Amino acid sequence: MKVSAGPIQAVNDFVVKFANVNGSGSASANLLFAKAILRMGIPVAPRNIFPSNIQGLPTWFEVRVNAAGWRGRRGGVDLMVAMNPQTWDQDLKEIEPGGYLLYDSTKPLPESKFRDDISVIGVPLTEICNREYSDTRQRQLFKNIIYVGALSALLEIDPEEIAHLIGDQYKGKEALLKPNVHAMTIGRNYAINNLDCPLGIKVRRANAVGDRIFIEGNSAAALGAVYGGATVAAWYPITPSSSMAEAFARHCRKFRTEPASGRARYAIVQAEDELASIGIVIGAGWNGARAFTCTSGPGISLMQEFIGLAYFAEIPAVLFDVQRGSPSTGMPTRTQQADVLSCAYASHGDTKHVLLFPEDPKEAFEFAALSFDLADRLQTPIFVMLDLDVGMQDWLCEPLTWDDARTHDRGKVMSYEALEAGEEFGRYLDVDGDGIPYRTYPGTHPKRGSYFTRGTTKDRYARYTEDGATYVDNMERLLRKFETAKGLVPEPVRRDAAHATRFGVIYYGSTAPAIDEALAALAAQGIHLDALRVRAFPFQDSIADFIAAHEQVFVVEQNRDAQLKSLLVNELLVDPARLMPVLHYDGTPITARFISGEIAGKLAMFNVTPLRKVAP
Amino acid sequence: MTYLAKPKLHHPDLAKNKLGYTHRDYEGTVSTLCAGCGHDSISAAIIQAFFELDVAPHRVAKLSGIGCSSKTPTYFLGNSHGFNSVHGRMPSVLTGANLANRELIYLGVSGDGDSASIGLGQFAHSMRRGVNMVYIVENNGVYGLTKGQFSATADKGSKSKRGAINNDEPIDMVMMALQLGASFVARSFSGDKTQLTPLIKAAVQHQGAAFLDVISPCVAFNNHAGSTKSYDFVREHNESVNRLDFMPQHDEITADYAPGSLREVRQHDGSILRLRKLHEDYDPSDRITAMDFLQRRHADGEIVTGLLYVDPDAGDLHVALNTVETPLNRLGASELIPGAAALEKFNATLR
Repeated sequence: MKVSAGPIQAVNDFVVKFANVNGSGSASANLLFAKAILRMGIPVAPRNIFPSNIQGLPTWFEVRVNAAGWRGRRGGVDLMVAMNPQTWDQDLKEIEPGGYLLYDSTKPLPESKFRDDISVIGVPLTEICNREYSDTRQRQLFKNIIYVGALSALLEIDPEEIAHLIGDQYKGKEALLKPNVHAMTIGRNYAINNLDCPLGIKVRRANAVGDRIFIEGNSAAALGAVYGGATVAAWYPITPSSSMAEAFARHCRKFRTEPASGRARYAIVQAEDELASIGIVIGAGWNGARAFTCTSGPGISLMQEFIGLAYFAEIPAVLFDVQRGSPSTGMPTRTQQADVLSCAYASHGDTKHVLLFPEDPKEAFEFAALSFDLADRLQTPIFVMLDLDVGMQDWLCEPLTWDDARTHDRGKVMSYEALEAGEEFGRYLDVDGDGIPYRTYPGTHPKRGSYFTRGTTKDRYARYTEDGATYVDNMERLLRKFETAKGLVPEPVRRDAAHATRFGVIYYGSTAPAIDEALAALAAQGIHLDALRVRAFPFQDSIADFIAAHEQVFVVEQNRDAQLKSLLVNELLVDPARLMPVLHYDGTPITARFISGEIAGKLAMFNVTPLRKVAP
Repeated sequence: MTYLAKPKLHHPDLAKNKLGYTHRDYEGTVSTLCAGCGHDSISAAIIQAFFELDVAPHRVAKLSGIGCSSKTPTYFLGNSHGFNSVHGRMPSVLTGANLANRELIYLGVSGDGDSASIGLGQFAHSMRRGVNMVYIVENNGVYGLTKGQFSATADKGSKSKRGAINNDEPIDMVMMALQLGASFVARSFSGDKTQLTPLIKAAVQHQGAAFLDVISPCVAFNNHAGSTKSYDFVREHNESVNRLDFMPQHDEITADYAPGSLREVRQHDGSILRLRKLHEDYDPSDRITAMDFLQRRHADGEIVTGLLYVDPDAGDLHVALNTVETPLNRLGASELIPGAAALEKFNATLR
């Protein structure tokens, strides 16, 4: 070991990053590492940073261990587990001074390949594997488990927890269970016998997890769709949303199989493309089933024409957009929030769409379930805007809850009885001023209530017309409906600083945990900001009020063009000079360090003197 | 086209079907297509077929894309819900509608521009999936609404009204439907209502993807010498392989037929397709030989019509997905929401 700077000392507060080759089985071993720490009652925030590739390219897995429960990416690495020679130089650079490096020391490396301000820990992983296993695939897979075993000794992770997790994973598969536990033990014993254990960074059993659960956003959203009553799903494989469709199928098999017959209370179609996916959703929505598609930016681009039809013909539809790096094919496995504008105004002509911005898997579940009520109530497409960082990462979040008294709001649907009783039916007739007309399901009544759905202009009774005044009447009603939506979508979450302040910050989606941490850090420096988390579009008046109440409002986003800011300026008619963008869009999740640095730097330009008196 | 609205009054002596509906109950608004358009004859055949089948009009959902053909659903079944979707995408909208409620009858109406060009992919995949529907392509070989451009079904060498020659190979949607697994495939001619109406009836009763290619001359842009989709050309080259009599149930054979000239096919719902052979060797239950026959006749410049293929025992998309009998759009919250206790159990697996 060569150490010049003092080694980092930290308990339950550090970042471990694994550098691997993808397709080598590393992700499951790394997740095992993260879960073992979680089982010791210490919050973790893992992030799989993977390439758009199946085998052979660099992949990383970052685990932030943090007793305080900050769930955002911190930035910086305290311990690098460097298993990929391709990225060695880059990986070494990322280690904080005084940090640690774990590497496979089977083959000697020249001194020049190391740094002298970090602690270097060599484990001859390849040598151990070659000795223990003859099968090449086993050598590869167990190498990952062996380094997890070594880390358990170096970081004082309870090996029993790892063994339990392996037991859970391979329940009933003894042939796999025992060799995995054995591999873990080999690594652990090597570390105990040959290395200085523990390191300066380590874990200590805590009670900081509580009843929180560990779940991926796509799985939570898919379960929300089950609870929300979705019965038809149509999708086309695209990263990072495919796992949502797959999770929906899994949840449906479990929760939606008719007990007596074993038959499906759902229909899932893997369509030929995104156009067919949204077409199927619109057909099902038109016919009274709750339906959704899940996709990403390129899919949204392909669906544009159909989205306009659903808007104009007023057909319920739910779209989950798991946003990835863009434009074009972009960075398919990296996170962004760059589809805000393309969804808000999707399709040609004058359109506006309802967007929901969940901050984590818990809210992804809730907003998914809510989106189907909104779609039926508003008879329009609803976009649930997940960020890849929410959709494809496991998050520690509050348990999912459901109120058994809650039922589905199917919106304004005229029944057979109402039609039979002679109630007036006009498909696009606004009977009560909220801009929402009644609809009928096909097949309801033999003589009344049928209508022709079309993308062309129509009058209040769904009859084709090219009359200008009738067209305007309809377009104005659609605006009234969008006003109604303001009262139905989730309110923004406002959190005021401990001290009165002229400054505010607006943010949304997966930026939330980094903001939480950044605001705490800024407050510790005496810089106070009121915070508003936007959860939906259309924007409520309370958002305009928040902006009006602050001299300067930072709008923190994960895209280049400050898309939410543009939407705020456009829709709330606020002075653009009041809004200052803070933008992070390199595809990695935004960090608290970045946000606090940017905001502190920008405030310095305003000559803000920090309040040194820090709130307790 | 006529600008006169149809009178709403019905003649008291109009014939009624078993449900008490008259022919007029199956009509729509007055057609705005050109006088003599083949599509109007197809609409008339659709009206006739549903009237004779004793189907309540509101139990039919009619869907279309964009184009002259896709306008026609307004001209029939006025008490049915209709959906004029986007260009070439009727099949996906119909698929979704069908998934939502398996109990209705789904009638998709499209044209050669809508289905053979922009919508070729959706046409193909709806056939592959075996969506339970009647898919009618009103095939005139041109884009009528945009004034006479060739469509993808126009034959190579055929001449446009302006004199241009089509250099591209035609897409034969019947061949594609056969190849892609449609379980009921027929071709007919809008000028032959006695052939077309029973084919539509049989297609409605068929479980699975039923495809009808109906050659339907465009009087405005494709009815001239040099066109292979004109009334004259189709009449001259129409080679019908069989005549179909559709029977809801098995009626006694009363007419006299030469031995071996009659073939009966019982469909899934018990209805009988009674086929009078017009061509000695044609076997509509053999997909491979049917395709071979069609290819050879096409090479000879003939237009083969009739019931070309049927698999009476075909399944459909609902069978493949093993969905419940109850239409999905009728399932209630109690059947759809797993509840709080199930969620708590689920949470427990995530700790």
